[in-house]
Amino acid sequence: MEHVVIIGNGISGVTAARHIRKLSNKKITIISAETDYFFSRTALMYVYMGHMKFENTKPYEDWFWEKNNINLKKGYVQTVDTKNKALHFAEGDTLNYDKLIIATGSKPNKFGWKGQDLKGVQGLYSKQDLDNLEIHAPNNKVCKRAVIVGGGLIGIELAEMLNSRNIPVTFLVRESSFWNNVLPDSDSEMISQHIKDHHIDLRLSSNLKEIVSDENGKATLVIIEETGEEIVCDFVGLTAGVAPNIDFIKESDIETNKGVLVNRFLETNMPDVYAIGDCAEQHETIGHRKPIEAVWYTGRMMGEVVAQTICGNKMPYKPSHWFNSAKFFDIEYQTYGWVHSNRNKPEYETHFHWKHNDNTKCITIAFNTNTNEFLGINTFGIRMRHEVFDRWLTEKREVDYVINHLREANFDPEFYRSFEADIQKAYKNKMATA
Amino acid sequence: MKGNKLDHSLSLAKPDVTDFSATQKAAIAIGLIGLFILALAFLNTQFPNRTLFLCLALGLITLGTILYSNSIYKNKTEGIKNDGVWFKSVSSRGFWAWSIGIILTLFYIVLYFYPEYLGLAANGENNTGLISLFDPLSKLLSGNPASQWFVYGTLYTLAILIFGYKFLLKYRHSRYQQLRTFSVMFFQLGFAFLIPEFMSRLNESPNYNLPYYDLKSIWPLNYYLFDSWSVNGFLSSGTLGLALLIFGVLSIFVITPILTYKYGKRWYCSWVCGCGGLAETAGDPFRHLSSKKLAAWKLERWLIYTVLVFSIIMTTAVVYSYLGNDTSKYWLTKDVFLLGVGILLTLVFALTMLFKRHELGKDAKFGAIGFFVIIATLIILHFTSSTDHIFLIKSSSLRSAYGFYIGSIFSGVIGTGFYPIFGSRVWCRFGCPMAAILGFQQRLFSKFRITTNGGQCISCGNCSTYCEMGIDVRAYAQKGENIVRSSCVGCGICSAVCPRGVLKLENDSMKGRINPNEILLGNDVDLMTLVNKN
Repeated sequence: MEHVVIIGNGISGVTAARHIRKLSNKKITIISAETDYFFSRTALMYVYMGHMKFENTKPYEDWFWEKNNINLKKGYVQTVDTKNKALHFAEGDTLNYDKLIIATGSKPNKFGWKGQDLKGVQGLYSKQDLDNLEIHAPNNKVCKRAVIVGGGLIGIELAEMLNSRNIPVTFLVRESSFWNNVLPDSDSEMISQHIKDHHIDLRLSSNLKEIVSDENGKATLVIIEETGEEIVCDFVGLTAGVAPNIDFIKESDIETNKGVLVNRFLETNMPDVYAIGDCAEQHETIGHRKPIEAVWYTGRMMGEVVAQTICGNKMPYKPSHWFNSAKFFDIEYQTYGWVHSNRNKPEYETHFHWKHNDNTKCITIAFNTNTNEFLGINTFGIRMRHEVFDRWLTEKREVDYVINHLREANFDPEFYRSFEADIQKAYKNKMATA
Repeated sequence: MKGNKLDHSLSLAKPDVTDFSATQKAAIAIGLIGLFILALAFLNTQFPNRTLFLCLALGLITLGTILYSNSIYKNKTEGIKNDGVWFKSVSSRGFWAWSIGIILTLFYIVLYFYPEYLGLAANGENNTGLISLFDPLSKLLSGNPASQWFVYGTLYTLAILIFGYKFLLKYRHSRYQQLRTFSVMFFQLGFAFLIPEFMSRLNESPNYNLPYYDLKSIWPLNYYLFDSWSVNGFLSSGTLGLALLIFGVLSIFVITPILTYKYGKRWYCSWVCGCGGLAETAGDPFRHLSSKKLAAWKLERWLIYTVLVFSIIMTTAVVYSYLGNDTSKYWLTKDVFLLGVGILLTLVFALTMLFKRHELGKDAKFGAIGFFVIIATLIILHFTSSTDHIFLIKSSSLRSAYGFYIGSIFSGVIGTGFYPIFGSRVWCRFGCPMAAILGFQQRLFSKFRITTNGGQCISCGNCSTYCEMGIDVRAYAQKGENIVRSSCVGCGICSAVCPRGVLKLENDSMKGRINPNEILLGNDVDLMTLVNKN
């Protein structure tokens, strides 16, 4: 019986395992050094905030794995020997595979800052990060101030987490407005304001120079590059993005760049070795997508695809329209299709922006100036239907059509105020003056 | 396993969120003074002016709760307010949770079985203790001295109103939650509390002999509606009495099926019902404590339908026992009634099997056997047994057993007393026969579902955690599958706590309501079609 070994029990690896099990009776082993069982990484923040217990983050009960004949092994893979198809563990043992899936996810970026490895300095990615956070920032007596470095999706989550325990937060963001390397300026400005409304000390256009240690090797001070300002703190969160977690592969024959290089079939250069999820890097980019997609959804999708290939139905990774979501404190964000930031916008892309005057709801619709084709939407504070936008993108609808049929896409709970009329009016006004 | 558990004792001190501010302490003190007055009354303190002290007690409890709610929610931005839920003793099965659980349980035991401890007077005498404190209010409303049920009803209504206020503040960003909460507050105050008291006013006239009747409490939840004393009461109260009795019958056989078809069981369980009302307001801090294990779901399915069968047998036996045999006196005789029940149950069973068997699978077999046994027993016993022992046991024993085990122990002592331990919907989930009927219909014949938004689920589990009915909502959402479950009461909290806008309660066409997907939206369309077709 063929033995499929998966390194990593995150969403990518687990999705692959589940689908392989549905399609075959192959022997499956999932390896993790992080936890005994699969948990939802995206939910770690809710454990710290007291919304959930760690147990609640596990999508499957513990009996699920044995019942579905999926072996779980806790261990740290140190080297991959592709010639003998063997994995060597830090614990000293060895495991042979017939097919290997690398799904080891990411690790927080560290850009060589002085003091980046001090105690009380960490990212927020793994279960261990959560445990350490509980040690270094359990409350505002132990942690009188926290500094977060890097204004991305994890940074803002960390800010919300610390805020929930009344720990004062200074948030250093390299960009001139929160996440405006991804969001259009208008969207980014609303979120920046929302962050300040939650009493976060948001420092825009600010980089970290160094983290200063106290006599015990623990972070005690952060120095800002631009101003030289010193901020006394007890905890430093490094959230300037993530990078593939593949150090253990570097010595092997598997070809890597930033991530494990794969073709469209998610195959590496070595036979029977695949890579999926955050740690995989496409040789060629797909559409506007990045070669490394460190997103929950794409990890899941690669897991779905690689399972087909491994079970004899060879399939390329061919994702449909881009979508993503996040939550910025109280404001939910969804995106369908492509809406680029001002600086990354292709010249044909035009934006229509509408914002509610309560500053918690806005949408930005991107369309092609020449053809009027609808390209994508960012929606904040208003829920929209994935299925409808996916269909409109496939049908290549014009922006007028989308604006006039927005009601169809609304996914807010019943009785919520609807804003379609407002949006349509604003659109008409804009078109009249344009 | 232990390595998985986040040990919060690692903290050098408690997370700050569990501490109380000065305002909160003051609010708690005010509320406790109100409760203390009730405690003094319980210990039979004779207050000089009972009206004043009753107003003081209820007023201070209300004021304390309002001040406390304001201080925890009003200064915060609108949004989900679950910070620290699992850290607080009261909402994480800690010391205060157990304390409240034990006090509530003891209160229910005394209420149901030893009302004299609350000061209920023996025949003709004056009430003492806690009950006597409520005499002024009872006399104002119905003209009669208070009973233990009046005290209970008042406190129950007060709880729904003041914790309803708290809930309204907590969910002030959600109009669905706002309207729903106004609705349960309205139905509790008007239908469950005031109208029955006014009906009892009517009874001062010799033309009326109305039984206590909370109009929104529908049989079989209201298991005594068809008891002989209740039916006799209605029948001896002129046109109004008859109208009320007819309303009671229509409620379950006409109104309920129509509304459940259109809106799902939520129209009742989380918009109207008093049990649901208490669970949604006072019980809200405990909603996450319900068990999400598959084992709990298995238990739930057996238990709730067993209670339903029990309630049907019991009611049939009770009604049977007081009907006559002579068609010339009244058309509804024992024979006609039994035949009617038999036909109705056969009809429900046959129609379900005919049109819906493919949706049922294994459950259908259990249901089939259950209903078959009832019908068969009905018919066999009808031809073999004496008048009173319709189900081998005396109908009055069946009735009192049901009242004791289900009506008192299950719905009261366990259902509410154990809120802080098992969560707020234990009765609704495991015991309520009305919920069983509504759920049966919701699962098979209703436009209601919770729609999942394509591939947007991140499996975080907030929905499952905060489902008071213990539904593993995430298990559906992460498959892109709509949630169509008999137990769902449509409270809408899963949708509210979802950080990615994945869930929406909707009434839409029955077609395509249940839609499991292997590959979710967002992936290769060819793969999706290929796999989802198989």
